Amino acid sequence: MTGNSLRVLIVDQNLLRASILEDGLREAGYRDLIVVRDMQNLLRRIVDEEPDVILIDLENPNRDVLEQMFQVSRVVRKPVAMFVDQSDRDAIEAAIDAGIGAYVVDGLRKERVQSIVEMAIGRFKAFEKLRTELDETRQQLLDRKLIDKAKGMLMKQRGLGEEQAYELLRKAAMDANLRMAQVAQSVITAAALLRP
Amino acid sequence: MTSRDGRVVTVGFMPLLDSALLVAAHEMGFAEEQGIRLRLVREVSWANLRDRVGLGHFDAAHMLGPMVVASNLLAKRGDLPLMAPVALGLGGNAITVSRPLWRDMESQGATHGAAPAVQATALARVVAERQRNQLQPLTLAMVFPFSCHNYQLRDWLLGSGIDPDRDVRLIVVPPPMLVEALRTGQVDGFCVGEPWNSLAVDAGLGTIVAVSCDIWRNPPEKVLGMSVGYIDKNPEVCGALVRAVVAASRCMSDATCRDELVRLLSQTRYVGAPEPLLRGALNGKIVQSAGGPPVSHPGFFQLNEAATVPLREHAQRFCEQIGRWRQIDFSADEAAQAIASFRPDLHAGFLGSQVNDARGRQG
Repeated sequence: MTGNSLRVLIVDQNLLRASILEDGLREAGYRDLIVVRDMQNLLRRIVDEEPDVILIDLENPNRDVLEQMFQVSRVVRKPVAMFVDQSDRDAIEAAIDAGIGAYVVDGLRKERVQSIVEMAIGRFKAFEKLRTELDETRQQLLDRKLIDKAKGMLMKQRGLGEEQAYELLRKAAMDANLRMAQVAQSVITAAALLRP
Repeated sequence: MTSRDGRVVTVGFMPLLDSALLVAAHEMGFAEEQGIRLRLVREVSWANLRDRVGLGHFDAAHMLGPMVVASNLLAKRGDLPLMAPVALGLGGNAITVSRPLWRDMESQGATHGAAPAVQATALARVVAERQRNQLQPLTLAMVFPFSCHNYQLRDWLLGSGIDPDRDVRLIVVPPPMLVEALRTGQVDGFCVGEPWNSLAVDAGLGTIVAVSCDIWRNPPEKVLGMSVGYIDKNPEVCGALVRAVVAASRCMSDATCRDELVRLLSQTRYVGAPEPLLRGALNGKIVQSAGGPPVSHPGFFQLNEAATVPLREHAQRFCEQIGRWRQIDFSADEAAQAIASFRPDLHAGFLGSQVNDARGRQG
């Protein structure tokens, strides 16, 4: 596991609990740890420190602040693991089954800390992959719409068949080293400009 | 009624005035009448409520309407889809500004008790002047990205030409920290549910410049949210919850009932605010500036039966706001699914079966 090089940011106002977590993580091989107790500068700290994962106490209302931060900036989206004192193994299992990105951590036993952190990151990466794929699918759909529109314009204005129009776009894209959607967009823009 | 086993139903809530119907359902016997026993668990963040419903810690929870809609829009990306069979009231939010900001607004034409548009215009002048003087933009807080507070604050700002994303800094601050944030100057104002506006005024730290029912008509607000699969596995519990909340809402037309509710909410295990503040907010009579008279806002916070219907048009409005402020990109299909997460059909259905039951018992 390359997990040991991960930068972990712990948000907890409870000193004792934060230090148990810190110890647990150190024993598990994590060296890059930041503990934040000052809630006022939480956002700035997270932006500045660029952690790979954030651990936050479930009793900390600042969880909603993190939600907002991730909402506003995709760039700073980080996996979040929550922890509470009560141990509840079933809840963790349920969380993993349900695919929820944040977990109620089984107490604070050191040996559990590492697996929780890794789970949170794993889950987060899976979601990010899904998100990216979905964004890509959206983009492809948009691209296709543009290409279809440009193709239609070429067919109409130059009296080409569908395949010929497509070939023309494809070749223009290859020659100019552009994506077909970009060429299609240029055709559409140019046509609008040239319209009398 | 089939279930008389007194099944324990765990419901999470935030310490806000609009937890009222849940507290009433539990404390005034409406849940018991429906054969369930509520266990109300006080939470500290909206994200926790959502996730703990997902984890099965809570059967249902006090939720922000837009949060339920957003969970459906994000369902394909890993969020647990939620649904709302009953709403927990209408309105109850307000916008409060700090003392220094109020002074600046007064010098630009704001006056105590003026219409929200007048106050917003004064704010726009303050914002413009700060820009001319190259001062930091004002910082305004709300409680969650997917919340009516966020959208009402944005609509109010936009009404006077302030661009909420450029001209001011909008941040999330959890309600219990807002008054302190106002005191220390971390925020210049906020939009939050009661009693937090009244508490800021009472502490001499803030002035209320707009109430939600003057920004939106009959503003939708909180709902009882649960995971989409819950209803299939627990139709009876779900029905009992809806009927208990509606029964509580019916009681709220009675003055004695409202007094009792104020007393309950003032307890630290619920909202823990002074009774006079809670009573004022509940009755729409709000002190807007320290030492000022209570100002009457009819319809400020509505808890009647009609206010418990989770209308599709509310979900539609949330969807529009989420799209308009570019919080989530979504397809028409995803929007339709998200809007369908508000279930007036279940609300009507559960109440209908209650009528039938009553008839059955009579006959």
